[in-house]
Amino acid sequence: MTTKKIKVLIAKPGLDGHDVGAKVVVRAMMEAGFETIYSGLRRTPEAITQQARDEGVDVIGLSILSGSHKPLCEKMRQLSIQGGLEDKLWIVGGNIPEDDRQYLQQLGFLGVFPTEARLNNIIEFIREHAS
Amino acid sequence: MSTDNKVINESGIEIKTLYTAEDIEQSGGIDQSRSGEAPFTRGIHAEMYRKRPFTMRQYTGFANAAETNERFLYLIANGQTGLNVAFDLATQCGYDSDAPEAFGEVGRVGMAVDTLKDFEIAFDGIDLEKITVSLTVNGTAAILIAMYLAIAEKRGYDLAKLRGTAQNDILKEFIGRGTWIFPVEPSVKLVADTIEYCAENVPKYSPVSVCGYHIRESGATPAEEMGYAFCIAKAYTDRALERGMDIDSFAGRLSYNFNIFGNLFEQVAKFRAGRRHWARIILDQYGAKDPKSGWLRMIAGGGGFGLTIEQPENNIMRGAYYALVGALSGAQTMALCCYDEAYTIPTPKAQRLSLRTMQLLTEEIGLADTVDPLGGSYYVETLTNEMEDKIVEAMDWVESQGGIIKAVSEGVIQAKVSEHAFQRQKDLESGAYRKVGVNCYVDESNEQPDVELHPYDEDGDRLQREALQQVRSDRNQAEVDLCLETLRSDAQAGRNVMNALVSAVKAYASVGEMTSVLIDVYGHYDEPIRF
Repeated sequence: MTTKKIKVLIAKPGLDGHDVGAKVVVRAMMEAGFETIYSGLRRTPEAITQQARDEGVDVIGLSILSGSHKPLCEKMRQLSIQGGLEDKLWIVGGNIPEDDRQYLQQLGFLGVFPTEARLNNIIEFIREHAS
Repeated sequence: MSTDNKVINESGIEIKTLYTAEDIEQSGGIDQSRSGEAPFTRGIHAEMYRKRPFTMRQYTGFANAAETNERFLYLIANGQTGLNVAFDLATQCGYDSDAPEAFGEVGRVGMAVDTLKDFEIAFDGIDLEKITVSLTVNGTAAILIAMYLAIAEKRGYDLAKLRGTAQNDILKEFIGRGTWIFPVEPSVKLVADTIEYCAENVPKYSPVSVCGYHIRESGATPAEEMGYAFCIAKAYTDRALERGMDIDSFAGRLSYNFNIFGNLFEQVAKFRAGRRHWARIILDQYGAKDPKSGWLRMIAGGGGFGLTIEQPENNIMRGAYYALVGALSGAQTMALCCYDEAYTIPTPKAQRLSLRTMQLLTEEIGLADTVDPLGGSYYVETLTNEMEDKIVEAMDWVESQGGIIKAVSEGVIQAKVSEHAFQRQKDLESGAYRKVGVNCYVDESNEQPDVELHPYDEDGDRLQREALQQVRSDRNQAEVDLCLETLRSDAQAGRNVMNALVSAVKAYASVGEMTSVLIDVYGHYDEPIRF
């Protein structure tokens, strides 16, 4: 079996500028051998969708710590379906209360990782679901 | 953190089992100056808390101006002595509440401000001569300072007597938290505009609070936190001096914001060393004549990174120890993160608990009785000397990268800090970096914490947009257009834009409109992505 590198886009939608977590996750993914792209701050959902398509990524991970994960994830999913990206692995991390996790999973974010999530668990999750 | 039998603090200093007078001597001796005497190792004031305890200034602000006003009045009624205003991200990034970019963010992490109208509501019934206000804003700080001055003027306050602070430290925003708007150079130019304008018109106002705080949260060590903050403050100082300003006309109004989580002794030594080193920079290197120019005036607080989602009640105790750090360090102002802050905007109860934590220190525990109570300790004096060396080392590193502006513009400093954060997370997961309730003394019962979430008002977004529409239809549009044109021409000519901003806010121009004009002239920051 040929092993193709898993390609990941870690993106920061909305106006939230807290990027410590996103950058830590990017570094962990690079170390895990994934081809990893970081969007930078304050990307619109449209720009993130475009970047995901242009780069042909397998995984799209959003990082949101401002509390606006619900409206932003709803919008991202809507755009991803229009853009033919709904079969990619969608994950989201950040300041996400327990009560919202199931909702985000139902939206199509298979992996929901709160701030206390461990890097290894995120990596394992991607290995399991992205191949 | 310990490796084998060694104990090494976060700043990289090896800690001995026992300290003696000999260690102090070998590390450079004790600074014998008294509190209130340069270089202020023991405190910037002679009597410190005996004369005036630290100002207690919890960070507050949510949804809209009316609700924020209500919480301000609640905190003041509970004995809070300063206000620290949180703005939503749209306001911080220069978007009006009805801009597409503000989608989902209006009133989310702080108060939404579109026009002066919002300030009029937020500060209704609050005497701005009695209580000092800190505006936690950076990218749009010049605009919000203009609003604050405009409201003070409209109420008939004497601007020469007006006190208060704006965070307004844009360089650290490029390193942590990211509410930048314009490229680095014009961003720094705007900070210098506020320094110049305030020195001339509002001499008691502190236009900048240089933040080691966020740099520390982003991964820097305590010594780097202080060293990088000094590099940033020097950059603003240089810009002000280039305009021909006298160092003594503004240096005394520069203030700082530092973090207090971590090892207690390392933080106390950091503050003592930092106070001394900043005095040396301003008085010796810049040649300021007024000793007050060399004061390291600071708000110490927060500790957000130290708090945990796991076993959140532990954060109440962490907050108490962090407050102790602040008081032992001689902070002028203190603010504590609330125990539920890792989850939500703090509830009134959580805010009151933080306030009581600080009040306990001065009222019951004896922290206001004498100045610098740890002064003279073999350990603390030695560590103070060693921390100063580490602070200098951090500053030298920035210089070796071509200075702070270059290091920030190219993303070199961001990459370094981010690498630390990655290492810290790995150490947390391996157990090398100990966190109670996280990687030791973990509660297996999986009991859900009893934290009440602050609800987001979905309707508040719509109400804020409607209120903005109302202001737009009530105001004199011709006057607004004229003010915005003046702003544009002043910015294009490289003039100080503060006069134009004050006129524009008085005409009820919006944050988004003023920011758009400045983006037209200055451009937009292009973030370097570097790992």
